Amino acid sequence: MTTTEDIPQITDLDSLDGAIARLVADNSVLHLSQSEAEERSGYQAPTADGMGERMIMNMGPQHPSTHGVLRIVLELEGEVIIRSKPIIGYLHTGMEKTGEELSYLQGPTNVTRMDYASPLFTELAFALAVEQLLGIEVPERARWIRMLMCEANRISSHMLFMATNGMDLGAVSMMLYGWREREEVLRFLELVTGLRMNHNYIRPGGVAADLPDGWKGSLQRAIDPLPERLDEFDILMTGQPIWRERLQGVGVITAEECLTLGVTGPILRSTGYAWDLRKDMPYLHYDELDFDVLVGSYGDCFDRYAIRLNEIRESIGMIRQIVDRMPGGDYKIQDKKVTPPPRARIDESMEALIHHFKIFTEGFKVPAGETYAAVESPRGELGVYIVSDGSARPHRMHVRAPSFINLQSMPHMMRNSLLADTVAIVSSVDPIMGEVDR
Amino acid sequence: MSHDRDQEMVIDEEAVIDELVVEQFQGELLHGAPVSGSAEQRCVHPGRDSYADVVAILRAEGFWMCSDLLCVDYLGYGAPRNLPVGIDAERFEVVVNLLDPTARERIRVRVQVPESDPQVDTISDLHPGMINPEREGYDMFGIFFAGNPDPSRILMPDDWEGHPLRKDYDLGRIPVQFKAPPSAR
Repeated sequence: MTTTEDIPQITDLDSLDGAIARLVADNSVLHLSQSEAEERSGYQAPTADGMGERMIMNMGPQHPSTHGVLRIVLELEGEVIIRSKPIIGYLHTGMEKTGEELSYLQGPTNVTRMDYASPLFTELAFALAVEQLLGIEVPERARWIRMLMCEANRISSHMLFMATNGMDLGAVSMMLYGWREREEVLRFLELVTGLRMNHNYIRPGGVAADLPDGWKGSLQRAIDPLPERLDEFDILMTGQPIWRERLQGVGVITAEECLTLGVTGPILRSTGYAWDLRKDMPYLHYDELDFDVLVGSYGDCFDRYAIRLNEIRESIGMIRQIVDRMPGGDYKIQDKKVTPPPRARIDESMEALIHHFKIFTEGFKVPAGETYAAVESPRGELGVYIVSDGSARPHRMHVRAPSFINLQSMPHMMRNSLLADTVAIVSSVDPIMGEVDR
Repeated sequence: MSHDRDQEMVIDEEAVIDELVVEQFQGELLHGAPVSGSAEQRCVHPGRDSYADVVAILRAEGFWMCSDLLCVDYLGYGAPRNLPVGIDAERFEVVVNLLDPTARERIRVRVQVPESDPQVDTISDLHPGMINPEREGYDMFGIFFAGNPDPSRILMPDDWEGHPLRKDYDLGRIPVQFKAPPSAR
């Protein structure tokens, strides 16, 4: 593993053009529609233009290693994958359409269900976009709480990856360990937000509630054992020859290919290209934290695994800095048009009661305009684009889901790899189907 | 002498007219397309014909990465459309979100697409990562991206009728019959 300073930021336009030419020449995406893929599945006789015997096989959507309901159509020549195509939409529930029906206060309940492994990031991007339109600045404490919660969530999300990645590749005991550590972090999230998942905690104007009594103790209980456990992960997996054989050189992709495909997150960083929105386009107070952007050098499955493992270590360091610097003050903006008044005020003040009633029945109005806000989720750039027409509901709410874009890199990684490596590659992309299909 | 002076006058007038035109475009033009928005949320509004070219020029200038492509249906939009002078508002809009990773800069390309002919050129030849977002745009809004190598539905089933994210798409409801709880009396 190397840090930002060691690797020059490569790429110029010519190498990008080369990457496009390579992707086109690769011809690795199987352009079949869903119904065609069903009709044509099975044996494919040799064709006149020199194509040998092939087989079209559907993997998923119920396959246990496809992380939910991802279906991959594979074109095989013997055991080698020639072309492939991910088919998605099995979890499509029209969340962007639902988002147009919900007020800005209700919005986070909807978006939090998109990336269910790291729900706080979608909430954060949504809140940042709405705040940009409102033109408000949230209090300092709210920002630091948001950062604290997001980094804790990043650990739990990467722990989920550790568990599923291990399980997919045959290190089944890893599933237990990964899940165990994730559960410790989720316990802290539950203490603060009230829920293990789908928190609806980060809302426009701040966060839903202040950190409860005893949050530091709970956080320490979750975080303190982790460095030791991560060292155990290293013993269990990183150094193991079987693990390395299974991952090294599998699913290789280059920085230029990632850039042209729009791929971000650990996949882009695994190629040696240090791009992390927390560092490069800082939001909240990430520019005040001391952390490294981890990059790989080969762009293979092993680099992606190692980056995620070490990002957990970085997040632990960041959480410790955040705890030390946590300021006092309000946890949400005291603007009665945006956030509801404190409960105690409602008993005393008629005005507060009216504000409370107005916010929860009509919602608050957001000035007309359009905006885009992006954060670095555990899977890459997560952005929310909102078009407001001045009413209490967004006219259009779009989520730039990192998994949706990252999935497109899969056929290129799979080209000429073995069928058995499919599982390793899917797992290393770490797609969350909830945000792919939205 | 007098003839020369006349020519000078004419040139001056033309320059004045040019300045007026530029002022109407709110001062700024980028590759012949008006620009709007603040520094952080900069938008460029090319016409439908020059859209792919503008994206190509921007890419050559360093906007290597296309983070996102999405469509918006402005039917029933309750506020005045915030567009630069000279751009006619249409029902649909295609928004392309470009990123310059070296300068750490974003720019949005917003194209007006008329309802009568919902079609734009693809940019997936330059940004292959936009194949699926363009498919989503077709699936959800019925906007055709001419030249996309895989013009099929992506989220909805192949035989689905209609484009769900259009504002005039009938939401449809499943009737629910609520039964009153049995009376205590």
